[in-house]
Amino acid sequence: MSQKVLLNNKEVNIILHRLACQLIEKHTDFSNTVLIGLQPRGVFLAQRLKLILTKDYNLSNIKLGLLDITFYRDDFRRSDKLHKANSTEIDFLIEDKHVVFIDDVLYTGRSIRSALTAIQSFGRPAGIELLTLIDRRFSRHLPIQPNYRGRQVDAINHEKVLVNWKETKGEDAVYLVNN
Amino acid sequence: MSKLSVDHLLGVKFLKHDDINLIFDTADHFKKVINRPIKKVPSLRDITIANLFFENSTRTKLSFELAQKRLSADVINFSSGQSSLNKGETLIDTVNNILSMKVDMIVIRHPKAGAAKFLSNHVDAKIINAGDGAHEHPTQALLDSYSIREKFGEVKGKKVVIVGDILHSRVALSNIFALQTQGAEVMVCGPRTLIPKYINKLGVKVETNLRNALEWCDVANMLRVQNERMDISYFPSTREYSLQYGITKDLLDSLNKEITIMHPGPINRGVEITSEVADSNQSIILNQVENGVAVRMAVIYLLASKI
Repeated sequence: MSQKVLLNNKEVNIILHRLACQLIEKHTDFSNTVLIGLQPRGVFLAQRLKLILTKDYNLSNIKLGLLDITFYRDDFRRSDKLHKANSTEIDFLIEDKHVVFIDDVLYTGRSIRSALTAIQSFGRPAGIELLTLIDRRFSRHLPIQPNYRGRQVDAINHEKVLVNWKETKGEDAVYLVNN
Repeated sequence: MSKLSVDHLLGVKFLKHDDINLIFDTADHFKKVINRPIKKVPSLRDITIANLFFENSTRTKLSFELAQKRLSADVINFSSGQSSLNKGETLIDTVNNILSMKVDMIVIRHPKAGAAKFLSNHVDAKIINAGDGAHEHPTQALLDSYSIREKFGEVKGKKVVIVGDILHSRVALSNIFALQTQGAEVMVCGPRTLIPKYINKLGVKVETNLRNALEWCDVANMLRVQNERMDISYFPSTREYSLQYGITKDLLDSLNKEITIMHPGPINRGVEITSEVADSNQSIILNQVENGVAVRMAVIYLLASKI
C-alpha cells in the first residue's frame, strides 16, 4: 500500500477558509440557510466550517444539522456489508430554507442521491447545494456535481481518497491511497 | 457487530446479547424516524412480507403492519378466520401457496408451539415468530426490555417481576430469556397453579405473595389471565384472583419505593391491574406500544438485510 499527500495541514486550512468565504458570498448572514453535515464523515468538515464562520467571521446563529442516510441507501441487500446507522440530528425545520449538504469526498454521487431523499422527511427546502472537500472527477454514477469544492482530484477506481481530521486522527490531511 | 447471528427470529432463546444490543441500537434510530413529520424510510421497497395470523391479535398485528409500512415493504395479510384452512388445507400448503406469490418474509402467529420453527425448516423465507402457543413471543419481550432500557438506561442489574399466568404465557418465557441474557434478575409471581413445574430450571425466583414481589422489584410486568388457554379451573374465581394478584393504587402507594408498571396488553382492567394504576405516571404501558413499532422495524430491517 502506498500513499501520496494530496493536501497537507496548511492547505486544508486555506481551503476551509476559502470554502467558508464562498458560503458567505452566497448566503450572507445565513438567516435563511442551514448547513447539513452528512454522517458519518461529512460531520467533521461541517463542524469545522461552522467554527470558522462563527469565530473568524463573527456570524452567529449558524444552524448545523447532521443527516444519516443509512436507511435511504440504494445498496441495501446488494452488498455483503450492512451499514451501521448513525444519528440524525436536525432540530429545526428546513421548510423553505436554503440547505447546504456538506460531505468530505464526492465519489459516485450515490450518497448525495440518498441524502436528497432523506432530507425530504424534514420538509421542502427552498433549494439544496452541495459542498465537498474533495471532488473525485470521472467517478460519478449519477448526474450530481458540487456547488463548492475544495480540491478536484483525478483518481482511478482502485485508489482511495483518505481524509484525516485532527479530531480523530490528530492531523488535518488528505491522502491518495493506492491499495 | 452489524449483522444478526440468526436468519430467523424464532425465539429470544436463540439470540445472543450482541444480537439484542444490535436490535436496540437500530430501534433507537427507527424511533426517531417514526417521530418525524414523514415517518417512513425506503429501505425495504423491494421486499414483500406476509403476516399470517392463525390466532386473534390486535396490537401485535397492527404493530407489525405499521413497522413494515414504515420501512416501505409491500404487505399482505392473512387471518385464519377467513382462510382455506377451514377447507382442510395444511399449514405448509397454505404457506407454500403464499410463497409462490414471491413473498420474502413471513410473520406468523399460531396456536401451536413450534409452528414458526417448523416453517423455517420447510419454506424458503425469513420467519418472524409473532407468538407460538404458550412457547415464545420474541418481539414482545424485546420491546419490553427496550422499554426498561429506555426508562432506566440499562437492563443489567434491574429486578423484574413477571406477575400472573406464567403457565400459559409465551410473553413470560420470552421475557425470562431476554432479561437473563441482558443480566437482569427475574422473579415470577402468581398462584402456584399458574406457575409451571419446570420453572426452577430457568433460574428465576418464585414468589406467591404479590406484596413481597413488589417490595423486591424495580419493574413489575403484569400479565393477563389467559382464559382462552385454560381447560380447567386454576383459581376459584376472577374476583379472588384479583384480590390476591391484582395491583391497585393503594398497594402501589404503600410500597417503600416507586416501581415501574408494564403490561403487554390487552389489559383486563380491574382484574390484574386497576384503571388508576394503568393510567398512572408509574405505568409505561403506552411507551411499550410505541416502542413496539420501532423494535419490530429493527428486527425486520436486520433480517431483511440477510435475504
